[in-house]
Amino acid sequence: MKRIEKGERRWVDDILGVATLVGMVAALWLVFVYTPVELVQGAVQKVFYIHLASIWNAYLSFFLVFVASILYLRRPSAATDRFARAWAEIGVVFTTITLISGAIWGKPTWGTYWTWDPRLTTTLLLWLIYVVYIMLRGFVDDPERGRRYAAIVGIIGFIDVPIVHMSVRWWRTLHPDPIVARLEGPELPMSMWYTVLFCIVVFTLLAVFLVRQRLQIDELRESLLALRLSPRQ
Amino acid sequence: MGDSDSVASLAVEALGLAKNYGPQVALDQVELSLGENERLAVLGPNGSGKTTLISVLSTAMRPSAGSLRIMGYDSTDAPNDVRRHIGVVAHRTYLYEELSARENLIFYGRLFGTSDLAVRADMLLDLVDIYARRHDQVGSLSRGMQQRVALARALVHDPAVLLLDEPDTGLDQEHLDLLASLVTGSKIPPRAVILTTHNLERALDLCHRVAVLAQGRLAYQADSASLDRTALLDAYRRLAGAAL
Amino acid sequence: MNLAVRQVLAVVHKDLMVEMRARDLLNVMLTFAVLSLIIFNLALDLRGPTVQEVGPGLLWLTIAFAAILGMGRTFVREHDRGTLAGLLLAPIDRGTLFVAKLLANLIFLLIMEAVALPMFALLFNLPVLRPSVILITVCGTLGFAILGTTFSAMAAHSRAREALLPLLLLPTTVPILIGAVQATSNAINGAEGGPPWLGLLIAFDVIFFTVSYLLFAFAVEG
Repeated sequence: MKRIEKGERRWVDDILGVATLVGMVAALWLVFVYTPVELVQGAVQKVFYIHLASIWNAYLSFFLVFVASILYLRRPSAATDRFARAWAEIGVVFTTITLISGAIWGKPTWGTYWTWDPRLTTTLLLWLIYVVYIMLRGFVDDPERGRRYAAIVGIIGFIDVPIVHMSVRWWRTLHPDPIVARLEGPELPMSMWYTVLFCIVVFTLLAVFLVRQRLQIDELRESLLALRLSPRQ
Repeated sequence: MGDSDSVASLAVEALGLAKNYGPQVALDQVELSLGENERLAVLGPNGSGKTTLISVLSTAMRPSAGSLRIMGYDSTDAPNDVRRHIGVVAHRTYLYEELSARENLIFYGRLFGTSDLAVRADMLLDLVDIYARRHDQVGSLSRGMQQRVALARALVHDPAVLLLDEPDTGLDQEHLDLLASLVTGSKIPPRAVILTTHNLERALDLCHRVAVLAQGRLAYQADSASLDRTALLDAYRRLAGAAL
Repeated sequence: MNLAVRQVLAVVHKDLMVEMRARDLLNVMLTFAVLSLIIFNLALDLRGPTVQEVGPGLLWLTIAFAAILGMGRTFVREHDRGTLAGLLLAPIDRGTLFVAKLLANLIFLLIMEAVALPMFALLFNLPVLRPSVILITVCGTLGFAILGTTFSAMAAHSRAREALLPLLLLPTTVPILIGAVQATSNAINGAEGGPPWLGLLIAFDVIFFTVSYLLFAFAVEG
């Protein structure tokens, strides 16, 4: 029974993997060929598509961690916890990409890799909170307790994000930063909008694909552990 | 308790109780029922799950599966009602070293909402033979004395069920008799008792029933009175193996 | 009196009594607070107008780090001596236990600040001993104590111990830190306008309290 289930899963993953690959290639084409080069910023503006799709993935991930954490506390299950942890890892990966792509974009645009702008500060803190979230399980000996603690941080961390953002924003109103050239929604040409949306969809596919792979590794690891602990075959 | 009819006569009722630590099984399908004022001794070698059983019965640990009712209250639905009715003596004394024996009893009594605490604390400390040193900080008492204070602490709210995890550790002969009198209810009102021990003789003397726990399973249960002591000793040795 | 109220009072009274006899918590926190005020002054060479700018930040860093040091120890103490398990076997609602532990932590921190604040006023020559700053201090400290109580219950059960508490507490309490520093700065410098920091601080306290009150059971239980 379990074997059929696994075979089915492999089939879904194959499709998902191919779709992500094709989508990625298409996204590259859209980003570098289809969309026009932005007049003021030049070619570096292309990083925007990756930047936006990454932060979308990060927020989606942490939202899913939040939901899974609540579900876990209501009804503890190893599967819910694995789901939450896998999404947290993906979230941290894409937050890292967001921070790096932001710095690459920021250097030629603002003249600096880093500025204590509310969005940047919030993203950095977000990254820190979820790095600690991932570390946490390793600090606790009893696995069940570790999962429970992670769920607590998964909830407090997510609720904290808008509060952090608000406080940093109000804090910065007293010391306004140099004006930052930002792309405002309505002025974006339609081709850019299509590309942004397409990138978001493809990145979401990539995240789902990676999480599914991660969950399968977890399951294999756990069945290996169970085999090792069982007295006989 | 007039609030529930059929269950009220049972002090402890455990159905299919199980506890896993990850993939490791510590308790497996434990079925247990204990009437009011009935006493059960749980025997078993180290690592057989005795401490886990007491932890689960005392609500300190959530069972991985199964259900537990104490004095008719479900341990998941009404954990605080369960806690109100149980007194626990475990490996740790639960005592604050900086507080005196009397202050410890009064503190815990206040958490349980016990009335006439000062009188009751003195009475219990007298009973466990600590009265003369009741104002000394617990940290300055010997291990055996602390164990006796822990016994008094477990009784401070007059629980209907007493759970004792190897209560005989650190007690000398004189105070083992004291323990016996507290457990069997010759000096204080009787109550339901579950105690774990290594000592088969003590188990048979103190309790109406004995059970053997091996690898997380209740492998053997019998009434002390109707029991062939040699047969039990054989069974115990066989199950516990060389651990004895 | 309601049982929950009596339970809260019993736990707070017990914590104060234990601390009065053990003295290891307040002594450590106080020494640390005074020490860091001196170290900051030496490291930054604070003279002239910089003090007004940087002072509130230093004050709150001192409070935050002293709080982490102190709150980490309260639960470690209960955990290591096995008394936490005894507390949990009592029929005390976990939310009630949270309030009790929070109050005990808050009292310890306020005692620490009762010494640190005058020391700060003296060493940095800033007018912090006024009602507005004291009110801000209480509200800000409450914020640290709320999340600190929840996280220190978790840290006590972990291998990383005192190291885990700052990792959890510092990023999540950024809003409290910003709010407290800004409010203190405005109160000292008499600045008008800008966001209502004290109100925000209270709002943050309310949000953190609600979440922690609901989650504490999961943090503290075995």
